[in-house]
Amino acid sequence: MSFLGYLINGVSLGSVYAIIALGYTMVYGIAKMLNFAHGDVIMVGAFVIYTAMSSAGLSPILSVILAMVLCTILGMTIEKIAYRPLRNAGSPLAVLITAIGVSYLLQNLGLLIFGADTKSFKSIVNMEALQFAEGQLTISGETIVTIIACVIIMFALTSFVKYTKAGRAMVAVSEDRGAAQLMGINVNGTIALTFAIGSALAAIAGALLCSAYPSLSPYVGSMPGIKAFVAAVFGGIGSIPGAMIGGILLGVIENLSKAYISSQLSDAIVFGVLIVVLLVKPTGILGKNIQEKV
Amino acid sequence: MIVMKKMKLDKNLKSSLITYGMVIAAYIVMQTLVMTDNISSLMEGLFVPLCIYSIMAVSLNLTVGILGELSLGHAGFMCIGAFAGAFFSKCMNGAMPDGIRFVCAILIGAVVAALFGFLIGIPVLRLKGDYLAIVTLGFGEIIKNLVNVFYVGRDANGFHFSMKDAMSLGMEADGEVIIKGAQGITKTPQDSTFTIGVILLLIALFIVLNFINSRSGRAVMAIRDNRIAAESIGINITKYKLMAFSISAGLAGVAGVLYAHNLTTLTALPKNFGYNQSIMILVYVVLGGIGNIRGSVIAAVALTLLPELMRSLQDYRMLIYAVVLIGAMLFTWAPKAKEFREKYSPKRLLALKKAQKEAK
Repeated sequence: MSFLGYLINGVSLGSVYAIIALGYTMVYGIAKMLNFAHGDVIMVGAFVIYTAMSSAGLSPILSVILAMVLCTILGMTIEKIAYRPLRNAGSPLAVLITAIGVSYLLQNLGLLIFGADTKSFKSIVNMEALQFAEGQLTISGETIVTIIACVIIMFALTSFVKYTKAGRAMVAVSEDRGAAQLMGINVNGTIALTFAIGSALAAIAGALLCSAYPSLSPYVGSMPGIKAFVAAVFGGIGSIPGAMIGGILLGVIENLSKAYISSQLSDAIVFGVLIVVLLVKPTGILGKNIQEKV
Repeated sequence: MIVMKKMKLDKNLKSSLITYGMVIAAYIVMQTLVMTDNISSLMEGLFVPLCIYSIMAVSLNLTVGILGELSLGHAGFMCIGAFAGAFFSKCMNGAMPDGIRFVCAILIGAVVAALFGFLIGIPVLRLKGDYLAIVTLGFGEIIKNLVNVFYVGRDANGFHFSMKDAMSLGMEADGEVIIKGAQGITKTPQDSTFTIGVILLLIALFIVLNFINSRSGRAVMAIRDNRIAAESIGINITKYKLMAFSISAGLAGVAGVLYAHNLTTLTALPKNFGYNQSIMILVYVVLGGIGNIRGSVIAAVALTLLPELMRSLQDYRMLIYAVVLIGAMLFTWAPKAKEFREKYSPKRLLALKKAQKEAK
């Protein structure tokens, strides 16, 4: 495959990371917590689609919508039961560990219901691959759909945050929770809404991820989850365009290093680049640098 | 006079002695159970891992609780210690008495891990909060990945290194490959015993507890509580941060050596040295109480035993483990739960009863 092919595949993988990273970064921006269970919501979404398509025989689009609805409910439930009681717990580590607990819980529920063996996921994309330059360059339907979905989500989310009342409430809560509350914003509701959006995005990410890499197991979300978190930090955690840039860069670096350097070392290279970026720019590419006051 | 002074134990010393006593008491109880054959071989196999995880938890607590920095790459230092120690043992096997060799292996594992802690700490400790957490996670993963492509062999001409495969080492026919990339190190001598594990745990506790109560330890805690204030009274931030981080890494290296000599095959898998393992250790630290060294040991032992004790529940045990973890976190940390506990604490209820009696 040519360089261009690797690059396009990298952008596609990066788009999936970006969609997951959006969920991470929005939740982090607003609730100041690392939601380690986010990767497992992806897994739940993928399993819902798998079951809906193979057992219930629903069409791909309906299955994705069903997964989005169920993941939204799941995300809001997790937030309400596990995270909300710890919101003023004093240490941010408490809610981090609870998130890890939720992550274990989802993984093991998946293991109990679906078993440990990997299932082959039927792609949700029904589109012929495009051929360029007499078959030298092939772009699969999944790649095109993933990149388009990523761009649409990015625009929808930016305009949502900029132009709607709920979106502006989100920005307000993430800037200063106390002041937002004094201005009459329903803080708990806004945080719940953020979790809902993040989880719906996770369902989409699950569908796209498993269409491109069609093996489905209860652990499918854990590594992409961590990578997406890296992408969010990379771009500057809390920033929506940052998550997008971080995700796509990460995907491209990963794919190119897999192709040209070593497939075993690709993760090490991804993390290495992250470390270098953070050392030069300690708050990520688009992160805001807040001066510490005495 | 001197006797009187000795009788009045210092509060810190008393707390430390309780911790040591607890470990020794647990050791004696378990040894008695083994002697009288009252324990399954499955449980006996858990004894050394219990020590390993306790040491890991104690050492991570130094970083998280005392230094106040969230590290998600602690298993990486364990990995370095494990491979350094096992490599030494493989090279020196037969060249010196087993006991001395194992002690040397432990020391080498600790020193190499501490050195890496120092080198990684220089850039990492400049960052703060979640950024620091993600970079430590990154270093942990890099270490695990690099070990997986690392080959070392030895023949008559000395050592050969390679990052590609065993063939490119270019060794003579009599050469032996010691570190085989993804296959790791095989046939490490099995020196780890429960007694050695407990001794190492006691040493780790001794080092950490003494460090906390020393001048340096107080400086580290001052940095944790207020970096700017600490700097303004002349505390060298970088020096003390690096000191705590290196000690923590070195102790993780000791746990790694113990781990390496407990198994015949040492490989760097995501399961044993990946971020999942680091997070697992962090769970022990947070559940045991951040900054509470004794709590770390208790939590490590309890959470390692919990899945084994629930073995009869089979598939449901990890599910229950997760629920217990969430429940424990909610119960210990949620402000509402704290209120509830204070309201119904036995102390308060007793005091209330007393007050009522007096009122009558």
